[in-house]
Amino acid sequence: MSVPAGAIALPAERAPTRREWVVFLRRLARRRTALFGLIVVGLVVVGALGAPWLTTWDPVEQDITNRLRPPGSSGPAGRVHVLGTDHLGRDILARIVFGARPALMVGFAAVAISGLLGMGVGLVSGYFGGRTDDVCMRLADIQLAFPFILLAIAVIGVLGPSLPVIIVVIGVSSWVVYARVVRSSVLSLREREFVQAALALGSRDGRVVLHHILPNALTPWLVVATLDMARVIVIESALSFLGLGVQPPTPTWGGMLADGRVYISTAWWLATFPGLAILFTVLGINLFGDGLRDTLDPRLKV
Amino acid sequence: MRVYLTRRLLQSLLVLLGVSFVVFFILHLTGDPALVLLPPDATAEDVQRFREAMGFNDPFLVQYGRFLTGALRGDFGQSVRHGEPAFHLVIERMPATFELAGAALLIALVLSVPAGIISAVRRNTSLDYVSTVVALLGQSMPTFWLGIMLILVFSVQWNLLPSSGRGGLEHLLLPAITLGLFTTARITRLTRSGMLEVLNQDYIRTARAKGVSDPPVIWKHALKNAAIPIVTIVGIELGTLLGGSVITETIFAWPGVGRLSVQAIYNRDYPVVQAAVFLLSSTFVLVNLVVDVLYTYLDPRIRLR
Repeated sequence: MSVPAGAIALPAERAPTRREWVVFLRRLARRRTALFGLIVVGLVVVGALGAPWLTTWDPVEQDITNRLRPPGSSGPAGRVHVLGTDHLGRDILARIVFGARPALMVGFAAVAISGLLGMGVGLVSGYFGGRTDDVCMRLADIQLAFPFILLAIAVIGVLGPSLPVIIVVIGVSSWVVYARVVRSSVLSLREREFVQAALALGSRDGRVVLHHILPNALTPWLVVATLDMARVIVIESALSFLGLGVQPPTPTWGGMLADGRVYISTAWWLATFPGLAILFTVLGINLFGDGLRDTLDPRLKV
Repeated sequence: MRVYLTRRLLQSLLVLLGVSFVVFFILHLTGDPALVLLPPDATAEDVQRFREAMGFNDPFLVQYGRFLTGALRGDFGQSVRHGEPAFHLVIERMPATFELAGAALLIALVLSVPAGIISAVRRNTSLDYVSTVVALLGQSMPTFWLGIMLILVFSVQWNLLPSSGRGGLEHLLLPAITLGLFTTARITRLTRSGMLEVLNQDYIRTARAKGVSDPPVIWKHALKNAAIPIVTIVGIELGTLLGGSVITETIFAWPGVGRLSVQAIYNRDYPVVQAAVFLLSSTFVLVNLVVDVLYTYLDPRIRLR
């Protein structure tokens, strides 16, 4: 290019300004299913944060005389167990509300780890290409070859189940989707004029990647992160269901389901309600994620 | 074509090498495999003797080399619990897992491809909405809950189908539906979006313009091209199905590799766990290699690369 350096308008591509955010939010809100998803997710987050104020029951307090009471029974002092009690007489609604905490905690933390990891790999792999790219993509193939749950429970079995271990195991082994989607946007961004211009002006690789490529690769990354959150929450419940999640007495949805499975023929409410809580949460996140994708970039295949 | 296949084969071998390293490393995660394998009440002397006997004092790479040569011969060590070679225990249960995964995939394909096509062709009709909502629910439903609910309805309430074990078709039905639902939902959505994209292409308009009636346009012209991403996802979904069998097999007491692995983890029987992870991953790599080869017939553009 023979254009004088001063004539190149570099800031043409940039992250959206506040006005664009408002426009984006309006467009998102117009999709009714996405809005519904957002409301559901909001309710779950509020429930998790406000758990102690939302229920008068203690989620871990046992009351053996009132065990396996069906939904709507009244407990001591006339207080009602809206969703019944479990095999140890604990209030199911209270346990569901408190159970949102480990689910969301693992969800957010694991997605943060895998999202950052995948973004790093995707940026490096897409920007530098060649050998580096080959190595990264083979690593991705290796990661994907494992049956996810099986590898996760094997590792957790060795290290022992605890909140940090669960978060790290899920986080470290979920980076591939992010890396792939970031890599493919980097591949096309790298050829764009504004990146070429920045390179021609002598910007260092690090600056080009962080200031010019990264902000424009964030959109698909965000969509993947949202949808992946749903997957992680299901995995967290599956681990708890197998007894390899966050350990009792902390209430978890998966753990409640495992308890309820034993009493399936006599007390259906034990297993039904925590499952509905997972379904509701995951559905909300999926709807919101789909809406986000359709609003931001309908061509995106994730 | 030959170059492509050779490269693809080499890639698969490389992936298997990586898989073997990760499987080997599982035991070394805590830094001391002897403590992982021995019961917690083992004396310091026992631990020392065990380390010596198992060669855990050798250099790391020497140990990996030994693991790899063993794995290639199908030797993953003895099961701590059953006193049998771990490899045998896993191989014995492979058919049950394949049967379940195969049935789940069959159910998924039989339901999802027609549902996706109808959804795309009758876009924005009530049929489309029903199929979309069902697919969305299916994608959001945790398998273990679905399994328990199916047992509650079909085994406990109506007493129609058995809730556990392997046997005839009636034993297969509930676990296969449970395992297959997520895949059904995914392929339905994929078929729908793939068909919608293809149906808007010029050659479809051309076919219609020259008077080809609806069924051949949909089944011959459109589906052929929409099938390409479906074939890819089937390979990937098989991995999900093999891995998902861990949960489904546990719920329905299905005597496959998944249930064996979960019990092995509870029993700290890690040779069995390693053998199971390695063999299931290898199966997945192999299936994807086959899918990629099939792919070159479906999409000749790949052969030219």
